[in-house]
Amino acid sequence: AMEGGPSARIREGDCAVLKRDEVFKAVSVLRRRKIIFEKQWFYLDNAIGHIYGTTFEVTSGGNLQPKQEVEETPTETKEAGTDNRNIVDDGKSQKLTHDDIKALKDKGIKGQEIVQQLIENSTTFRDKTEFAQDKYIKKKKKKYEAVITIVKPSTRILSTMYYAREPGKINHLRYDTLAQMLTLGNIHAGNKMIVMETCAGLVLGAVMERMGGYGSIIQMYPGGGPVRAATSCFGFPKAFFDNLHEFPLSKVQSLLSGTFTTETLPADPEENPLVEEESNGLSEEKQTSLQETEEEPAPEAPMEINPTEEQDTMDINAEDVEFKENKEKENKENVREKQMKQWERRKKLKEAAALLREKNADGLIVASKFHPAPLLLSLLEFVAPSRPFVVYCQYKEPLLECYTKLRERGGVINLKLSETWLRNYQVLPDRSHPKLTMSGGGGYLLSGITVILEKGRADSSNSEALKMEEPSSKRCKLQDLPC
Amino acid sequence: MSFVEYGDTIKDGDTAIVFLGHESMFPVKVQHGTVTQTKYGVIRHSTDLIGKKYGSKVTCSKGGWVFILHPTPELWTMNLPHRTQILYSTDISIITMMLELKPGSIVCESGTGSGSLSHALIRTVAPTGHLYTVEFHHQRAEKAREEFREHGVEHLVTVTNQDVCKNGFGVSNIADAVFLDIPSPWEAIGHAKSALKAEGGRICSFSPCIEQVQRTCLAMEEYGFTEINTLEILLRVYNVKTISLQIPDLGKAAEDNSSTGFDSSHPSHQGSPCANLQQGTVQFKSGVPLREVVGHTGYLTFATKS
Repeated sequence: AMEGGPSARIREGDCAVLKRDEVFKAVSVLRRRKIIFEKQWFYLDNAIGHIYGTTFEVTSGGNLQPKQEVEETPTETKEAGTDNRNIVDDGKSQKLTHDDIKALKDKGIKGQEIVQQLIENSTTFRDKTEFAQDKYIKKKKKKYEAVITIVKPSTRILSTMYYAREPGKINHLRYDTLAQMLTLGNIHAGNKMIVMETCAGLVLGAVMERMGGYGSIIQMYPGGGPVRAATSCFGFPKAFFDNLHEFPLSKVQSLLSGTFTTETLPADPEENPLVEEESNGLSEEKQTSLQETEEEPAPEAPMEINPTEEQDTMDINAEDVEFKENKEKENKENVREKQMKQWERRKKLKEAAALLREKNADGLIVASKFHPAPLLLSLLEFVAPSRPFVVYCQYKEPLLECYTKLRERGGVINLKLSETWLRNYQVLPDRSHPKLTMSGGGGYLLSGITVILEKGRADSSNSEALKMEEPSSKRCKLQDLPC
Repeated sequence: MSFVEYGDTIKDGDTAIVFLGHESMFPVKVQHGTVTQTKYGVIRHSTDLIGKKYGSKVTCSKGGWVFILHPTPELWTMNLPHRTQILYSTDISIITMMLELKPGSIVCESGTGSGSLSHALIRTVAPTGHLYTVEFHHQRAEKAREEFREHGVEHLVTVTNQDVCKNGFGVSNIADAVFLDIPSPWEAIGHAKSALKAEGGRICSFSPCIEQVQRTCLAMEEYGFTEINTLEILLRVYNVKTISLQIPDLGKAAEDNSSTGFDSSHPSHQGSPCANLQQGTVQFKSGVPLREVVGHTGYLTFATKS
């Protein structure tokens, strides 16, 4: 994608993200496809061709229309009260009824106008303080001026969306934690990265974004194949996938022990090795177009054996033979296609294995539902010395174990166990205060740097371990032991 | 080596990081014939460093040893010479993600300060992007240029010595993102807007004080920025320790051998707290918060140019 060039436009087939205030939803941009978002139904057809970041209104026909920039009426010194001591909330202050409002909506009156009507028909509005009036207007606008912005997917957008909508799919990896991983891992163009994640492909996508198509990635995967549902949302150019490899975890031990062979492939689901994902924040209908499409399994041989009119002729044997020959041909084609695919898969597997065997990866990222210790200990073998690694875990305890095991193993320094706290603020004149604190629930990180591992020298790794701990007097205190 | 590309072997002219132990390291300029003093003794560059693999252990003259690490912006941030207060990797991480930076991005930054964020930005936008960084202090601007040169990244960055509030960033309509860490960021919002590309550019302003944030948010609104959002991020580090807690002596019930206290031999007490009745202690592994933690660095305000 060109940077600093003309702004990206919404195109058919894109994965776009709908945004309304703090709510996001990823959808496929397809014509005549009904989308539900924030209690509204509409088609995306009119959005095609507009620049990403454009804000739309939903018309009564269910179509999108770019929102006109309306000059806010300059705030004349409105009538306002000083406090709420005399304001009684009896639910009767709004003179317009539900039906009145519905009638306005049906007439096609714009949201802005409805809000104005509500203000004029509120008996208590002018008694409210200016701040309360502000808050009231904001609330009504939010309800009646339903605007939707279509934004281009990015790590920022998708990680926020997933955390809000489907945190379970990403092991509750909060977006600021992901941000730390990318920086601590020194993810940048040209790296050779090993990524092991079960976060729907979000972490993989984030790594790919920061590598910009340069370098290579080997994605380790459990089971039948890697899940890349979120990865396809990023909208990367095809070239980015040229240097993306995958390798099954089930073959890691054999690779490490030198007994790896491609003769026995992992459980091979007939068609796509890429697992399909049910609704993952995408539009309600199954968006198969968003899955990375591999070639379909060998299509049924186009030559249908159509018995011709001559079927009933005398030369039945010849027909039979021809029929059999055609059928054989068809079977041979199927078999050949299957063999081709198997051969392709084997070739790719060998390539990935060869890359791993070099043991010179520039970094390791782990973010999965599995216990991180066995993953870390085995995958670190493939990483070059003096390179960072980052392990994410939803829980702290498994990382305590990793820390301990890494100290025993040696060959790592600068181990750090951490989490980040995030706080959002409301900033308004005379009304600035924190909004929410997000702490805990964002997950934990263990990071470190590899060094050359001197094997078979227990005391060496011990003295290393001692060196990595804090000075002994501090240690004594912290352990609360009688010194 | 370079800050934007990994190398395997230490070469003459490299900047390497000498790691001595827990939170103890320093950068070193590798040069033929030079020696570096450490508390473990002397490191001779020609014999001990040049030609060795990064990640190697080097034994110093007094017998102690160190590790030599490949530089990264994160290690640089922890070891660079401070000319000003700097941004640390926690803030840098969220800034990078929220500004949507990636290879090829064009970024503007002011002030350059000690170059902590600068190095991280350069690393992220390499090899096809560019950083335009503005510093109003003459010596700091010079020192930054020198460091970028030494670190092999000068082709990715332009340092301009001027006041961003008066003269802007020196570019217009091309930046994907702008970052401000200056005393009066509201005075630079207009310049930030003109440096940013027509649509969709991102801006971030870092300020320690809420009053600065308030003025900046107002300015952003006035200049038509949308999606204005202020947050702060804090790092919590945990020390992994084996903790031993003593079991209190609650005495024994009369005539009875069983104690009414914590009975560690009870099946429900087997498992992770491994009891050691002889010593009367229970051991467990814990992630213990540090004694002193950073409570505040600054508020980060992000927005989008519409």
